[in-house]
Amino acid sequence: MDMKLFGPVIHILLALVISPLLMGIINRTKAKFAGRKGQPLLQPYYDIIKLLRKGSVYSTTTTWVFRLGPVAGLSAMIIAILIIPSGGINSLLSFPCDFILMAYILGVARFLTVTAALDTGSPFEGMGASREMQFAILAEVVMFMGVAVLAVGTGKISLSSIYYTLWDSNFTNIAPAVFLVALSFLIVLLTENARIPVDDPNTHLELTMIHEVMVLDHGGVDLALIQYGSCLKLWLFSSLLAGMAIPVRTGIMIVDMGINTVGILLISVFVGIIESGMARLKLLHIPQMLLAAFSVTAAAFLWVLR
Amino acid sequence: MPGSSFIRTVNAEAVDFRDIPVMDFADFRESIIEEIRAGGRISAMPACPAEDGLLRIIAVLSLPVSGEILIGSTCINGSWPSITPDCTAAHWFEREIAEIHSVTPNGHPWLKPIRFQPPHDISLQEYSLQCGNAKFLGLDGEESHEVAVGPVHAGIIEPGHFRFLCHGETVYHLEISLGYQHRGIERAMKGGPGVRALHYMETLAGDTTIGHATAYCMAIEALSAISVPPRSLAIRAIAAELERIANHVGDLGALAGDVGFLPTMSYCGRIRGDVLNMTALLCGNRFGRGLVRPSGTAFNLDKNLIDELMLRLKSTEKDITSAVELMFDTPSVLSRFEGTGALSEETAREAGLVGVAARATGMNCDVRNEFPYGMYCFSQLHACTWNTGDCFARAYVRWLEIRSSIEFIRTQLLNLPDGPVSCKTAPISKEKITVSLVEGWRGEICHVAVTDKEGRFAFYKVVDPSFHNWFGLALALRNQQISDFPLCNKSFNLSYCGHDL
Repeated sequence: MDMKLFGPVIHILLALVISPLLMGIINRTKAKFAGRKGQPLLQPYYDIIKLLRKGSVYSTTTTWVFRLGPVAGLSAMIIAILIIPSGGINSLLSFPCDFILMAYILGVARFLTVTAALDTGSPFEGMGASREMQFAILAEVVMFMGVAVLAVGTGKISLSSIYYTLWDSNFTNIAPAVFLVALSFLIVLLTENARIPVDDPNTHLELTMIHEVMVLDHGGVDLALIQYGSCLKLWLFSSLLAGMAIPVRTGIMIVDMGINTVGILLISVFVGIIESGMARLKLLHIPQMLLAAFSVTAAAFLWVLR
Repeated sequence: MPGSSFIRTVNAEAVDFRDIPVMDFADFRESIIEEIRAGGRISAMPACPAEDGLLRIIAVLSLPVSGEILIGSTCINGSWPSITPDCTAAHWFEREIAEIHSVTPNGHPWLKPIRFQPPHDISLQEYSLQCGNAKFLGLDGEESHEVAVGPVHAGIIEPGHFRFLCHGETVYHLEISLGYQHRGIERAMKGGPGVRALHYMETLAGDTTIGHATAYCMAIEALSAISVPPRSLAIRAIAAELERIANHVGDLGALAGDVGFLPTMSYCGRIRGDVLNMTALLCGNRFGRGLVRPSGTAFNLDKNLIDELMLRLKSTEKDITSAVELMFDTPSVLSRFEGTGALSEETAREAGLVGVAARATGMNCDVRNEFPYGMYCFSQLHACTWNTGDCFARAYVRWLEIRSSIEFIRTQLLNLPDGPVSCKTAPISKEKITVSLVEGWRGEICHVAVTDKEGRFAFYKVVDPSFHNWFGLALALRNQQISDFPLCNKSFNLSYCGHDL
């Protein structure tokens, strides 16, 4: 196999195989902090396998829009994974301004999830959809601002080339800006993946949910696709964050990939620690937090322009 | 003179039913309004059929200032001018009477069933008997929507239907529709006390076993004019405070869980079990079933048990303190609690709230202080209050009460009176009425027992604190975020079965 393809293919395989483990790590970390033994690390795999063996029940008020949501959501997530680099290693799909495609592929996935939720006609799902869109709009702005900082700082315009040059010795002078972007990207990660302090993935209280409430009516195979999709999404954001936050590029592909993967796993531990140490924000305060993240990236932007 | 014709008595004392004055309705109405304005509370308002097809309404008012309980009555024929427009606290009671007896309080601002129970006289039935089948308030306009939750909920909780009238994420009004847990306990008590009576009381609201059993036993003891030995009073008080600690700890953990703060949630869940196990040490049942008996308690405490309880109390206190202080020291938790679901003291007083929810607004109401009974006559507990009336206050008052209860139990264990734990029972006297007030962990529990010519219950009325407080939850949610409802609901943590009976 062409060595150029070897790295990206391995990264995609890792994403497809390991991503459910991230959820397991988060849950285990939370259990440790709460003084519990916790569920098995592989529980997310067991859950997905169990759901795949179940049938699906569809409400008679729903249409094909409802059934489209999970399938399209997962496909979109896999396409997005093809675009992201793993640390300094190029992605399979790389072209100028590919991050715009990635952001809007995620947008398409969200749109289809939201329409599937609205299709049920349940007031809960409507509320969740409205909240999801409100916070996603703000998170998207932060994400684009962050990528703009990196693009201006490195002078490149595709994700792969940005990440490839990010920690070159020539670019250490933009390091403070990159760390600021990494900080705001962490907030985007928590928002996009419905984690505390934005959303509580473990709550049973429909009235407080954001993301979970939109998928309440899905079951069986559909729910398995949704859960797997959210694992991939977590991997995607963790990988982008790890590539930014770990200032090491050895140039040896296997080592770089190992470092990036360990970084992704450590981010899961870190997310678990955040979830154990703080309560959820009031819904009214979430836009404020995202605006704060935007301010941080704006400051980083000024740094790279100087 | 206001209240002049009302008969004055104290907590858990039997009075001749014939002495209860039957007043002119205008007098009756005026007296209630004035007593409530002067700081009294409506503790119960049962009604029973009188001669000539009339309905006799009995008002039980409690006056915290003097520690007296006023009982008065009036007879009505089919309808009466509602008391509610001049005394908001009466509104739930009037709705209850209207529902049970198919009579009408004219001018009641919001007359609808509270628990959809069939009227005593089915032929008079005017309301649909099906729970939740009622006219609900509506909201029109752009961006307005209604969210219906329940009666089947996502968590393992009791059934109840909630209807939110929302404008975007803001709640304009919450309508609560209960009745799904109605079992007809009061009707089953009529003609008693039968062999099941105590069991009904213990399971009437499962988490308040000691509270309701104590109120029932106090009523029976007053009716049969026996005084139980002090040692059993102390054991009852210890059990009541253990019940308070267990439930408050559970609530604090659940509050932490509702805002997604995991450590306190997990620890409190475990600690609640430890406290329940202490009750089990007392009597073999984690909820205290079978402990409180008319004439005393069914179990005694020996030296070894006291030492063991002291030991467990100490380690539990340490655990609770670290778990709860961690929560109150976390800024993100406080930011969720503070200012959420706030009620003013004025509103709480007007709506007639009791217990933790009332004390959180600054109301200094605690039956243990105001109408001392049992061991609380000899060993005073001060009422724990806070003044912000929000979720934080309701959480913090619970924490204050946990600490004062632990101290109280410790004192009692060290100074347990000697002697037996039960005395001889006596037959129940005829044609008497008695009111027993108990401070359960949620708030004021009121039992009213009336006996007939044979010494059986002519009727038995139970008022759980939830009966007073459900409407308080609806008020607390006005202009709040709908996403904060679970938090507000948990901070009240009211009983569905205690309300529905």
